[in-house]
Amino acid sequence: MKNLESLMAAYLLVWAVFFVYHLALGRRIARLQTELDLLKERLKHIQDSVPGL
Amino acid sequence: MARGVKTPWLSTLLVAALIGGAGYAALFLAPAERTMGLIQRIFYFHVPSAWAGFVAFGITFVACIAYLVKRAPKWDWLAVSAAEMGVVFFTVVLVTGPIWAKPVWGIWWTWDARLTSTFVLWVLYLSYLVLRTLVGDAERRAVVSAVFGVFAFLDVPLVYLSIWFWRTQHPQPVIGGGGMDRHMWPPFLLCWAALLGVMVLLLRQRYRLEALRHEVQEISLTADFAASQGGFSPVPRGGSRVPSLKGAAR
Repeated sequence: MKNLESLMAAYLLVWAVFFVYHLALGRRIARLQTELDLLKERLKHIQDSVPGL
Repeated sequence: MARGVKTPWLSTLLVAALIGGAGYAALFLAPAERTMGLIQRIFYFHVPSAWAGFVAFGITFVACIAYLVKRAPKWDWLAVSAAEMGVVFFTVVLVTGPIWAKPVWGIWWTWDARLTSTFVLWVLYLSYLVLRTLVGDAERRAVVSAVFGVFAFLDVPLVYLSIWFWRTQHPQPVIGGGGMDRHMWPPFLLCWAALLGVMVLLLRQRYRLEALRHEVQEISLTADFAASQGGFSPVPRGGSRVPSLKGAAR
């Protein structure tokens, strides 16, 4: 079983790259979604406060 | 999973099954290579990652041209999303390659034509992503990066053909090169299908991020306009706190 460690390291790294990227994407989306919710809330508040806007 | 992203359960399950099947086929079903032995099995994820990366850069190329012709933001979103996919897949290529090279060649890396052109390709698309952070205006950013995206794609055929153009230490390509044993094809194609599936799922998620970013910008502008009309202070960006309205209303 020569080079088994190298093979395992390569396979682990492949999936680690994809997994870390997937997590990072999820965090970026969650942050933007929070920002969007706050902006919508703020906009609704302004529109409710100023009649005719 | 982030809010605002519906999980495509069926396709996720399908890709998970493909990944499991591909891993099993690459490790246990594919025939052992006579001279390299076990380490040759890196090939089943190294080469399909490169192919998936080429597909991603191809999507970027088409989307850049489509943006330059039609000027619809969705093409810019697709271009940047696919470029990021390509960078991720070529990161895998550049990580797994040296792990294979060390036991086979005795060195981690050599600046031969195939390896250098692949590294240049990765740097080019990384530059494409960095370039986008340097241009503030959205329309100008999209145009500049679309032109750069078309230019960067010129390196893709160069990477593939580098083996014919120059003497290189890298093994011959699977198609049009030295070929491979017919029993190696099914595991190889299964691995490629699995990685393409991963790419499609991640691309969908990344595209959603870009669409969300656009939505935030649009609502931010509307909120700023409404705030100025109603005498409110401008809406702060960042999403970390709820903007205070105390004393702002007339």
